[in-house]
Amino acid sequence: MSDIVVDDLRKNLDEGAHERASLIVGEHATFHGITEAVCRPVEWKAPRAWYIFFGLSVALAGVFVLSTGYLFYKGTGIWGLNNPVGWGWAIVNFVFWVGIGHAGTLISAVLFLFRQKWRTSINRFAEAMTIFAVVCALMFPTIHVGRVWLLYWFFPIPNQMSMWPNFRSPLLWDVFAVSVYASVSVMFWYVGLIPDIATIRDRAKTKGRKIAYGIFSLGWRGSARHWLHYEKAYMILAAVATPLVLSVHSIVSFDFAVSQLPGWHTTIFPPYFVAGAIFSGFAMVITLMVIARKLFNMEHIMTLRHLENMSKVILVTGSIVGYAYAMEFFIAWYSGNPYEQFAFINRAFGPYAWAYWIMVSCNVIVPQIFWFKFCRRNIAVLFIASIFVNIGMWFERFVITVTSLHRDFLPSSWDYYSPTFFDIAALLGSFGIFFTLFSLFVRFLPQVSMAEVKTVLPEADPHHGHDAIAQDEAKHLHEATA
Amino acid sequence: MSSAQIADTQLESYRGTDKPFWGILAEFPNPGKLFSACENIRDLGYRKWDAHSPFPVHGLERAMGLRDSLLPWVVLVMGLTGASLAMLLQWWISAVAYKLVIAGKPFFSWPAFIPVTFEIGVLFSALGAVIGMFAFNGLPRLNHPLFNSERFLRSTDDGFFISIEAADPNFDPETIESFLVGLGATSVEVVCDDS
Repeated sequence: MSDIVVDDLRKNLDEGAHERASLIVGEHATFHGITEAVCRPVEWKAPRAWYIFFGLSVALAGVFVLSTGYLFYKGTGIWGLNNPVGWGWAIVNFVFWVGIGHAGTLISAVLFLFRQKWRTSINRFAEAMTIFAVVCALMFPTIHVGRVWLLYWFFPIPNQMSMWPNFRSPLLWDVFAVSVYASVSVMFWYVGLIPDIATIRDRAKTKGRKIAYGIFSLGWRGSARHWLHYEKAYMILAAVATPLVLSVHSIVSFDFAVSQLPGWHTTIFPPYFVAGAIFSGFAMVITLMVIARKLFNMEHIMTLRHLENMSKVILVTGSIVGYAYAMEFFIAWYSGNPYEQFAFINRAFGPYAWAYWIMVSCNVIVPQIFWFKFCRRNIAVLFIASIFVNIGMWFERFVITVTSLHRDFLPSSWDYYSPTFFDIAALLGSFGIFFTLFSLFVRFLPQVSMAEVKTVLPEADPHHGHDAIAQDEAKHLHEATA
Repeated sequence: MSSAQIADTQLESYRGTDKPFWGILAEFPNPGKLFSACENIRDLGYRKWDAHSPFPVHGLERAMGLRDSLLPWVVLVMGLTGASLAMLLQWWISAVAYKLVIAGKPFFSWPAFIPVTFEIGVLFSALGAVIGMFAFNGLPRLNHPLFNSERFLRSTDDGFFISIEAADPNFDPETIESFLVGLGATSVEVVCDDS
């Protein structure tokens, strides 16, 4: 392994246009080598660490189920919500998880449209993260209504009361945005998976695997006539997912921005939320990938170059987020609105100043280390910084939600909000659900898109090794036309 | 070439049975050989044939003479349908079925309906792309004569294949193997439709 890293490092250092570190390194850089490496975790017995991790995740998911069961029995009073703070951790967690999901779509769709080939090794992984994060995100608005049996009120379904939803409410836009986002993400992911599931089907030894992977591969046979429509469908999905992901987090920010509350009612929210979402999502991809590439020996496919590129994205989006924090204060001062000014002074120096400064340290200061190449290429530094960003971005949503609410227009109703045991159980439990789904994914589905990674090998180009011939032909053509 | 002889004997042994003859499957060593073979087969005017590869080979659709996918038109129609239906639904609910005065706005305050209209348009487009792709490809289809070939299992790993159906008007069982071997095929085998 170490010589591969050294090789990779050396190539990245003499950064000529053609001599960049390859996207696949080491002896596995053949079509069959990629198949073997990616199929191994699916076909071989899982390492002991996987069982331990899976067991812990399921136990944590159980915490979510139990605490939510009690919530349904008792009501939202078991949470720390109080009179001015009617939106607590449930909303914080919702925005946190949706934001995490967005990096997956960014990697799979936006980088695809920009022809960023380095995404091929990590897009499957990131898309899986998107789906599982959106699953967790959808839990919170679902349970925070308290009376979950009335959930159908969200949707325009004819009902016995002849009532219809109010389509002028951003909360309703949110229902549509997040459900559509979940559906499109699943479709995008599944379409990408079909050729790879077919690969596992064709390698399957047991009847059970042949049937299971056979059904989910839908009879895929790598036909060029199919690839033609397939690639078009994939491109279209990327093209619709790109504006979708921007719209989803913009609409999530409308939940706040469309209200009249100082601290929420700002026009900077949509771009600021989108940048924050990408920021937190990339951090989560790094956290997960550092573990998975080690656990499943995929360091040659998810290379240091991938991690380095992602740390650059974190640096950029972290700086955008820092700019937004500063701009909020500037606008509060420049607006001349005393309520707006109070909201921001209270945010930075009031009872929740501790949360505000945790947020600033984790989101603005920590990512600045990625100006240095050493930090971008050091696995331990990357891992720790990504954890800090995850924490910081959770606190950002906490700061926005709680500091704006806890001191409202009437000082007599001011209060301090703190979570209860059940708030904490729901947040930790949602991590359990996320990691349970993720463990199942890395065990039963290919974590890397084999079909796509094969296309970035030089020999995948049908004209590979024919440069001399092509030049010759071009010369003849030139002579013929001259 | 020995593989051609193997294929000949295969074809001969096939003639002795009454299994339905589906076509022929040839393997090529790399995408480059597959590409040039496809160009040749295209130029000879074959119709019922296909290439198979573990990943989309760049430019192969032109080498095969395939027409552009019509999928974008399906998606356009679906997207516009979805967006129109969403706007129609919101208009009907807000201005006809359940009139509510919200913030003194008109009942049909269309700018407020844009987010949901956009989202449903995207949903229908994505559904159009996925379902349309399956429909154009004739998938799901879990059985296919090609799955009878042991060698064809590698088409999702590192194998590059061309299949030509016996139903093609140009198909000549006497010359097809030598033709394919001449194009660089490393193996040619008969595929039966006995699933």
